[in-house]
Amino acid sequence: MKDFIIPDDRDFGTPASKSKTMVTLSIDGFEVTVPEGTSIMRAAAEIGISVPKLCATDSIDAFGSCRLCLVEIEGRNGTPASCTTPVAAGIKVHTQTGKLKQLRRGVMELYISDHPLDCLTCAANGDCELQDMAGAVGLRDVRYDAVDTHFRTKNTSGEANPQWLPKDDSNPYFSYDPSKCIVCNRCVRACEEVQGTFALTISGRGWDSRVHAGLKDDTFLSSDCVSCGACVQACPTATLTEKSVIDIGTPDRSIITTCAYCGVGCSFKAEMRGDELVRMVPYKHGKANRGHSCVKGRFAYGYATHQDRILNPMIRDTINDPWREVSWAEAMEFAATRMKAIQEKYGRQSVGVITSSRCTNEETYLVQKLTRAVFRNNNTDTCARVCHSPTGYGLGQTYGTSAGTQDFDSVEECDVALVIGANPASAHPVFASRLKKRLRQGAKLILVDPRRTEMAEGAHYRAAHHLALKPGTNVAIVTALAHVIVTEKLYNEEFIRTRCDWDEFQDYMEFVADPKHSPEAVEMLTGVPAAEVRGAARLYATGGNAAIYYGLGVTEHSQGSTTVIGIANLAMLTGNIGRRGVGVNPLRGQNNVQGSCDMGSFPHELPGYRHVKLPEVRAIFEKAWGVEIDPEPGLRIPNMLDAAVDGSFKGLYCQGEDILQSDPDTKHVAAGLAAMECVIVHDLFLNETANYAHVFFPGSSFLEKDGTFTNAERRINMVRKVMAPKQGYADWEVTQMFANAMGAGWTYTHPSQIMEEIAMTTPSFAGVTYDKIEEMGSVQWPCNEKAPEGTPLMHVDGFVRGKGKFIRTEYVATDEKTGPRFPLLLTTGRILSQYNVGAQTRRTHNTVWHDQDILEIHPHDAETRGIRDGDWVRLASRSGETTLKAEITDRVSPGVVYTTFHHPETQANVVTTDFSDWATNCPEYKVTAVQIMPSNGPSEWQEEYQAQATLARRIAAAE
Amino acid sequence: MPLDESAVLSRVNEILAEHNGMEGPLLPILHAIQESFGHVPQAALPVIAQHLTLSRAEVHGVMSFYHDFREQPAGRHVLKLCRAEACQSMGADRMAEHAQRRFGIEWHETTKDGAVTLEPVFCLGLCACAPAAMVDGRLVGRLDEARLDALAEELR
Repeated sequence: MKDFIIPDDRDFGTPASKSKTMVTLSIDGFEVTVPEGTSIMRAAAEIGISVPKLCATDSIDAFGSCRLCLVEIEGRNGTPASCTTPVAAGIKVHTQTGKLKQLRRGVMELYISDHPLDCLTCAANGDCELQDMAGAVGLRDVRYDAVDTHFRTKNTSGEANPQWLPKDDSNPYFSYDPSKCIVCNRCVRACEEVQGTFALTISGRGWDSRVHAGLKDDTFLSSDCVSCGACVQACPTATLTEKSVIDIGTPDRSIITTCAYCGVGCSFKAEMRGDELVRMVPYKHGKANRGHSCVKGRFAYGYATHQDRILNPMIRDTINDPWREVSWAEAMEFAATRMKAIQEKYGRQSVGVITSSRCTNEETYLVQKLTRAVFRNNNTDTCARVCHSPTGYGLGQTYGTSAGTQDFDSVEECDVALVIGANPASAHPVFASRLKKRLRQGAKLILVDPRRTEMAEGAHYRAAHHLALKPGTNVAIVTALAHVIVTEKLYNEEFIRTRCDWDEFQDYMEFVADPKHSPEAVEMLTGVPAAEVRGAARLYATGGNAAIYYGLGVTEHSQGSTTVIGIANLAMLTGNIGRRGVGVNPLRGQNNVQGSCDMGSFPHELPGYRHVKLPEVRAIFEKAWGVEIDPEPGLRIPNMLDAAVDGSFKGLYCQGEDILQSDPDTKHVAAGLAAMECVIVHDLFLNETANYAHVFFPGSSFLEKDGTFTNAERRINMVRKVMAPKQGYADWEVTQMFANAMGAGWTYTHPSQIMEEIAMTTPSFAGVTYDKIEEMGSVQWPCNEKAPEGTPLMHVDGFVRGKGKFIRTEYVATDEKTGPRFPLLLTTGRILSQYNVGAQTRRTHNTVWHDQDILEIHPHDAETRGIRDGDWVRLASRSGETTLKAEITDRVSPGVVYTTFHHPETQANVVTTDFSDWATNCPEYKVTAVQIMPSNGPSEWQEEYQAQATLARRIAAAE
Repeated sequence: MPLDESAVLSRVNEILAEHNGMEGPLLPILHAIQESFGHVPQAALPVIAQHLTLSRAEVHGVMSFYHDFREQPAGRHVLKLCRAEACQSMGADRMAEHAQRRFGIEWHETTKDGAVTLEPVFCLGLCACAPAAMVDGRLVGRLDEARLDALAEELR
């Protein structure tokens, strides 16, 4: 394993002060200079003096309750707590005096008198701050006789002790043992300050004070707890402990790596014992997450060792045969022979690849290189096609780059957050926590979403405006916002004159000022009261630093690209671009969807978003790869499937993506796959797509390989191998073996060599090396000669394309319309505990929170259809039908229903249509006209599908 | 008789509306609810939490901090006996035992006929007249067995 630089991971006790004014003081005779507002405890820690403490930790504000961190200050009375006392110029602090020693020992005696002394069998043995502090203060004796305790199950006369509370094991990942609690409040404060859920409290008072989740009768599971793990991490004792630590023991080493779930890209310490992963702990120097995590990254890694994982390559002649386990060599031979034969028979263009947004940049780069340099066509696409391809198009057209403009730290300075078609509380939880923290400090939230999502209101904040629009009317709303800004002259003329093209602005102004775009005019269309729209527009334009965060609710529409352009226009109109606290930020879905787009996964673009038709770009790669590159763009995923049905596309290498479940119109996808002659699936599990595959390459998890992921803020984070691949090879090695079986002759021995090739060929990555990432922790592209340290903020002095471009955004209603047969609009989304198609999270304990997809329906719509809460209902569209259970709720408006797509049993995408974005083909998942009716159980399609899946997943017994 | 939940919620919503715009409204709201129902029904807490953009845990934390907010209705009369130092030195423990025996209940319990709820209290500020008690908000000083018995008769 390679050595890398680990920044100081010590606990400084209180958060860092951001003041620019410096103060010098003396601690134990040493001079120290720190920012004003720093606590004495932190100042001491800066020079290596650890003042004993229990209730302080540097992720949360000082509390001053444990009375262990007392110090003496010359010329001041008493013994103030060093955590709550800020530094002052010239003071002389003593952290260790006779008096302090005696006081601390007295305090520890009281703590220990009500604590079980079962250290040797305690899960926190060796990792317990109470234990450490008893040692630090020299506790040798406890004079108090523990008559009343919280930890004995029975009192001295054998009666049950009413003060003893049993363990709460309701959460699948951690345990709450009240008998070990010292009521330091760290968990409660972490839940409030770090996570922002406020699920915990101290119930009772005095001797009866207990940490408690939710209301009186709640457990951790039934409370508001979202299982982010912040409380567990904050707990100084064994009171809140990961069950994995209880099962395994304490870890002995840790490796810093990057979470493989969403586009936030949190840094974690993978804490190991031997090659067993004991726990994942968010890394406090991670620049995306700043020490925070969510239930998925923190706990839901069990899929990596799940029994469903396939560890041997498998092949079969037809998809009706059972799988046959074979050696790697045989699988490669089989796959290469088939692919070559297909290309010989049907031509060069008859095969292609789908790159994975879950794999590393290096792996993605190799897969697109496989099709361009080995298959010799441009038939490569990626799941970004079905999520953020309109972002690429829209931001590329207006600003000149297809990526978010800010880093996540920027949210700390935003005054107005406009969240459109995104539910960060469920899909990007760590970012949501950071946003909520800012909202609690007084920033305002404008939410544009058909549904009253978890973001609409929460502990200590409520959205200033919730524009609950009808699905499919984003463009009308965004244009109406611009109409208000333009007609009420709230735009920033200076910014527009200096940074944008004034003539284009004139044209755009003429367009939006038309009364037909006014909030009043579109009210009938969008269902949003005009006054709300006007209020929101005024707030966005005049409320200070305004930042836009958007998600798939913007892009997955027939006018996805138009909405992205409209969003870009809003930011340009108001000058909210190019500094901290503002910007346009797509919340990317997958851990490396940004990276997979950067790496040239799209059929028309070589790495770095450069069109394949440009000869000078092709020349770079032709020189590096030694082959001629096809100048014609290749097929997009929907085109590949159409071509397959037509009979001209016959072979597919699909890495780490489950197109059958995730892509729209499942029946069409199934028909396309079934028509192919060689489908190679490279995945951890026999996913739904694998039901139609002929070759299965087992994949490796993110724990088993080196590489990099690029998150939504363009941050290139290191992924480090913490254990050997269970099936023998990292995914990039498998792709290389397959390419070589096809005759490529690649010779990479480490992903860093692939990154060298990327840097050499791609200007925005020119300065990226593994050494630089190791040294800096992470790098935000563009990273090149102009920005050797990377680029946290884009478009600071001017847009990448030169002048910002205003483009008209005419609203065109989608062809998917409600009518008498299909009167309701279905929109889809995610839930916190499950991830995307659920291939990973369904194989973890996260299913306790969400074990099936549920249809949300408004009470009015339910009543007219005779549907009660919990009933099975049939959900039918023009494309197909499925059944699932209904939940009656007013989170959705009348006329709108909502569900998630995490479970293959439901296959919500059987219902979605093949309408798509006009510019990029991104499917219109978010709007489908449907009808709902009571049902008795699974639909015919679901039963047929299950039967086919069971049949297709058979693996022949070894002979 | 258990309260009808929809009736509770509609009264709670009225109370919430009465406190609109008030700064630091949680305690006044809890007092008003207790005034209305004689206790604070658990069903009211999530409604209060949502209205005030607080979490359910926070409301529970506040309510459980104050012993005077009841989860269950009390008896027709509430007898509070002081348990603080001055009263203890003047025989409060003896008074407590006497009261518990007389009514046949422990602390925080209500007599079977629903007449009296017995509660400890820590200092009524009546130390000069210790041991002290409070009956339905009325202070009683210089308690002894005879006076307690008289009180008990009065409370029947």
